[in-house]
Amino acid sequence: MNRAVSRAEPRVSLGGPWGKVTGAFGAIARTTSGPVYLVLLVVFLICFAVVTIDGGEFLSVDNIREMLVRSVALGIVAAGQTLVILGASLDLSVAYVISLTSLIGAETMDGQNGQIVTGIALVLLIGLAIGLVNGLVITKLRVNPFIATLGVALIIRGYLEANYAGPAGSSAPDFRKLGFENIGPIPLSVILLFAVVAAVWFLLRWSRFGNRLYAVGGDEQVAKLSGVRTHRVLITAHVLCALAAAITGLFLASRLGAGSPLVGQEASYDLQSIAAVVLGGTYLLGGRGGVLGTLAGVLILAMLDNTFDQLEVNSFAKDVARGLIIIAAVAAYSVRWRRHRRREAAAAEGVDEPPQGGAPVLQEGRAT
Amino acid sequence: MSARPAPVPEPPAGAGESRTEQILGLAGAAFRANAIVWLLLVALWVAIGIKNPNSLTPEQIVLYLKRAAPLAILAIGAYFVLVSGEFDLSVGSLVTVVVVVAARLSDGDPANTLPVLALLFAIGLAVGLFNGFCTTILRVPSFIVTLAMLLMLSGAVFLWTGGAPRGALADNFRSIGREGIEGFPLLNQLPYSVIILLAVGGIAIWLARGGFGRRVLAVGDNDRAAALSGISVHRVRIAAFVLSGISAVLAGIILGGFAGVTAQVGIGLEFQAITAAVLGGTVLGGGRGSVTGAIAGALVLQALFMLLNLYAVDRALEQTFTGLIIIGAVSVAAFRARGS
Repeated sequence: MNRAVSRAEPRVSLGGPWGKVTGAFGAIARTTSGPVYLVLLVVFLICFAVVTIDGGEFLSVDNIREMLVRSVALGIVAAGQTLVILGASLDLSVAYVISLTSLIGAETMDGQNGQIVTGIALVLLIGLAIGLVNGLVITKLRVNPFIATLGVALIIRGYLEANYAGPAGSSAPDFRKLGFENIGPIPLSVILLFAVVAAVWFLLRWSRFGNRLYAVGGDEQVAKLSGVRTHRVLITAHVLCALAAAITGLFLASRLGAGSPLVGQEASYDLQSIAAVVLGGTYLLGGRGGVLGTLAGVLILAMLDNTFDQLEVNSFAKDVARGLIIIAAVAAYSVRWRRHRRREAAAAEGVDEPPQGGAPVLQEGRAT
Repeated sequence: MSARPAPVPEPPAGAGESRTEQILGLAGAAFRANAIVWLLLVALWVAIGIKNPNSLTPEQIVLYLKRAAPLAILAIGAYFVLVSGEFDLSVGSLVTVVVVVAARLSDGDPANTLPVLALLFAIGLAVGLFNGFCTTILRVPSFIVTLAMLLMLSGAVFLWTGGAPRGALADNFRSIGREGIEGFPLLNQLPYSVIILLAVGGIAIWLARGGFGRRVLAVGDNDRAAALSGISVHRVRIAAFVLSGISAVLAGIILGGFAGVTAQVGIGLEFQAITAAVLGGTVLGGGRGSVTGAIAGALVLQALFMLLNLYAVDRALEQTFTGLIIIGAVSVAAFRARGS
């Protein structure tokens, strides 16, 4: 599964000393998602140990279910965010899309089971339209993605604040089951999360779109010169990202029983989803990474939250730990990535040098 | 006035006679790149003047500058970070920290003001150093570093206040944002905040025109080339983050005097500051921009809010209009850049 995330990476050479010694672990380490699973494992062990010593239950069925259910909303948005970030773009409008779609979904359903299909269809249509606007503004009007999606976010925010003072609408009774029912031991919402992640994984791993997205994120000019219609790829990524946000809005409407104008930005799904994607090993500048890493990133955050809640640590310590872990993890990924690149470069030149010795005189430039 | 030599770290040697020409050409280009923001500012003020001619008096204009001062100072800080090729998303939460910490520590006692001010600047310096250190030495993307910083600072505010800030700002602390020099010719009052804005703007323009400003542009344009030509890329970027942190402290001090002490004062300011800088021609990704443009961008946003206020537009729709204007202005700039 890790091949999926590495296939668009330029393989300079697999020969040389490094290529020979790499076993399965080397193959994992070479991908950007490799270290993520290591971090996941370490965080898991620490959380497990700490909670158990404290006398709590970490691996009970209830607690695992709780952690997974709390990852659903962030997980779905982050899966969509992964797509745009892989394309060297980003989407700051998702938080407001979530609020908007939760309201529209709940208002359309208005507590009637007969309206469920209409509500879902309308919400998905709105997600599609917003994604289309984001993609078109970025590609055709050539506005920087940060500014374009921030602008769209502000437009939606103004609409929400002008029209809604508080929760509105009512989810249909049958639709609320999505947030609370289980199939066997597994909550329906967790199945939804895994379905979305699987769909994104499938797209990235097996579809032509996925291939092209990695190419566009890696180098848009090269992709264009190789005959990829880069605009189409980016617009598709943005539409899918907005659709993921719309699905999150629907899920939250089902869970809350109503739509809320604040539900998206209260949890700051815009910035949190970007943090989860990057914590999951996807390169913020595009072209490297994958959705399984993102899932791992979301689970890391969920385990931390759960542990801090069980220890009843105050929220400040929680935020500081979250912030420091994100910084530390991303710093670790970047060190690993540079070391790997250096080794590959050394291997390509047939120079058997230790990584430190092969370091260029100047600091390697970070393209930003 | 917005003209400044854009991205030439150093004019090529031996091009003496064409150098003036070259700089003039670049200056013209920089002005043209910024023309949109100045035209927008004039257009907004014409609209304001038509709706309410009273707002064109010197007193009213100074009042407007006073209200625009915090955002303009933040935009200046954002200029340096953006032009160096980085982001600073932590300034809004830093503003909140400044207001909340100042209220709690000064506790209404004027004698506390000086030590509190010193502590605030130390916090701003520390935050800037931390952001810069993680971005450069640890090589974590600044978007992520400053995002994590935002989380940590807002967490700190929540811990300290429990949602409702305690304490009060001393009168002499509040007077920085609230009062000014009385009996100034033509004006009732020259607010201290406007004086601070002018001073900060002056220093920033001086910095941007000098060696440091050129190094920041060079680093943002191509950090590899900058490093090869002997610039300490890390030091320049760290300095940019420190400037951003200091500007957030100044903005927070002024904002503390404007309104009551709340834990919401800084929310969204980081995006407004970036918006202002980008409106003023600063290019995300670095290497191009101007201080005067960033200030003009902040003035445009403030004029827009004022105009919408005059037309009694729902305050919430301010956001919508800001969104439309920023997308419009940046796409027009993108088309002009492609045309030339």
